[in-house]
Amino acid sequence: MDTHHNTHPDRIAARFRALRARNEAALIPYIVAGDPSLARTRELVLELEARGADLIELGVPFSDPMADGPANQRAAARGLAAGATLPAILSMVAELRRVSQIPLVLFGYYNPILHYGCERLCADAARAGIDGLLVVDLPPEEAEELAGPAARHGLDIIYLLAPTTPLERSRGIARSASGFLYYVSVTGVTGARARLSADLADKVNQLRAVTDLPIGVGFGISTPAQAGEVAAFADAVVVGSALSLLIEANAEAEDLVPTAGEFVATLKDAVRAARAAAPGATA
Amino acid sequence: MQNLPDSRGRFGQFGGRYVAETLMPALLELEQAYKQARRDPQFRADLKRYSAEYVGRPTPLYFCANLTAKLGGAKIYLKREDLCHTGAHKVNNTLGQALLAARMGKTRVTAETGAGQHGVATATMAALFKQRCEVFMGSVDVERQALNVFRMKLLGATVTPVESGSKSLKDALNEALRDWIATVRDTYYLIGTAAGPHPYPMIVRDFQAVIGREARRQILAHENRPPDVIVACVNGGSNAIGIFYPFIRDAGVRLVGVEAAGLGLGGPMHAATITAGSVGVLHGNRTYLLQDEMGQIRETHSIAAGLDYPGVGPEHAWLKDSGRADYVTVTDAEALDALRTLSETEGIIPALESSHAVAHAIKLAPRMAREQIMIVNLSGRGDKDMQTVAKAFGVTL
Repeated sequence: MDTHHNTHPDRIAARFRALRARNEAALIPYIVAGDPSLARTRELVLELEARGADLIELGVPFSDPMADGPANQRAAARGLAAGATLPAILSMVAELRRVSQIPLVLFGYYNPILHYGCERLCADAARAGIDGLLVVDLPPEEAEELAGPAARHGLDIIYLLAPTTPLERSRGIARSASGFLYYVSVTGVTGARARLSADLADKVNQLRAVTDLPIGVGFGISTPAQAGEVAAFADAVVVGSALSLLIEANAEAEDLVPTAGEFVATLKDAVRAARAAAPGATA
Repeated sequence: MQNLPDSRGRFGQFGGRYVAETLMPALLELEQAYKQARRDPQFRADLKRYSAEYVGRPTPLYFCANLTAKLGGAKIYLKREDLCHTGAHKVNNTLGQALLAARMGKTRVTAETGAGQHGVATATMAALFKQRCEVFMGSVDVERQALNVFRMKLLGATVTPVESGSKSLKDALNEALRDWIATVRDTYYLIGTAAGPHPYPMIVRDFQAVIGREARRQILAHENRPPDVIVACVNGGSNAIGIFYPFIRDAGVRLVGVEAAGLGLGGPMHAATITAGSVGVLHGNRTYLLQDEMGQIRETHSIAAGLDYPGVGPEHAWLKDSGRADYVTVTDAEALDALRTLSETEGIIPALESSHAVAHAIKLAPRMAREQIMIVNLSGRGDKDMQTVAKAFGVTL
């Protein structure tokens, strides 16, 4: 059997270990591959890494993104128009891996993966340098055919937990998960929200009882202030739609890449500052 | 034949629950609520009473003497779902699910709609049961189906145009799911066809199976034996699964689903999902889909707006693979011819969707013996389609 597990570097776990040692939360920007072009995506990943991103979620565009709000829907449409197919995305990632070791997670819907073939995708993704898969419409109950190949090729499967998920169910999901758990901060689709849910910190703290995995929080976080608020209690903060909107507004601009980098730098500053005053902080 | 779906909501490899985690607990809750309702004598009595007194069931099984004589083959019977309140079989499902929503204490119901038939049937039941109702409809369809938009509003529903994607039925379904992800605590999502995540394909089938149960009883009364063939149009496939299901164990009854070939299967302008599609996952279930070589969902075409969806219910996918049912196609032009033929010979104007089933019956009957029996599910009436039909016939209204 063709196993990559032993040689595959565990970039996600290593990154979370390093951050935990510094008492720092991870900043995870989400960008749709191919928005506005795959060449730009490659530049964006490198810039975001340089400006403080700890892990990047690369959106795989799908024609019917059922869990996404308008900003990410439009980003997916731009990615599709730019030809960001799975093979094209993976060859961009392979190129990227020559110059960057930032952990990369593919974030998308199941149908393009199923069509590519679960085994083939996991083999090709691992070879290209992908570290994990987050498939929005693939709850653990349906994940069997992807989980096997993912494990064989050393890819983490990152599962979502929602505000509607009962704690017992969260416990079960946590048992299937690896890499980190992704807590959806709102009962709703992706997209900016004026304010975060009041019980977010409590929810995340409750989840500590069911898992030792790092817990990331995403959906609805769009400003440095919100990122800082979440970084105080979560292990990772995901920002997506705000970047999709920024890319949309600057798609034609020459300084798209530094503009996105600047935004991510302000997010990371807020994430670092969130725990700077906390006891035991070493940053 | 096994009892399907299984505990994971599967019909063979098809079906399942491919949804965002936010919806998983709601689907599990719905499954439990439905199982309890099904056993509850009060729920069954309510369903029976409204079916009889409000929807107008049982619908007749009508022998088409003229059409049968004209074609010179099998005896053709029509199951007259066009005579249901609101003009189509859709109401069998919306009645059952709206009762279920009320039983679950949900105060708001939502639905997707393409041509507007399911939207109207949902708005109707929401008016009756005093539920708030919001219907998602592609903005292209809102323009094309102004009459049904007006009907829904008259019934008190909010109609929300969907501007994303291809701005038609599949996008309306996406938007209805997005809304449900945000409102799942107080909202009942009332899906319009036997597709979507488990338990919807089972629930919709069960509420539509009244069609087949009645037809079975009626044909036995008329002919003292089951039919040789049952023909029904299929896209999501709720009318077809409704009439097929009670006959699945009758091995001698051939089940034929008719898909929309649109302008022809040679090009992209069709909606023949089972015939021309491949296996994939969309809108919560694994089934046949029209998709490109990268797994992106294709846009579809049919002159019948109610057949214009790139997927099909998972039980049909299974009936196809298991060989229990056959799936054939009929073009826009053939459906229009059939609509004219049935109107002229029997005085019944079928919906464009149902005209696909009639068109196949017209092809099939002359090749069958005179003592053989065919039932065609006449799933809806054609009034809603008169603008489209007039335009196709070159008539200005």
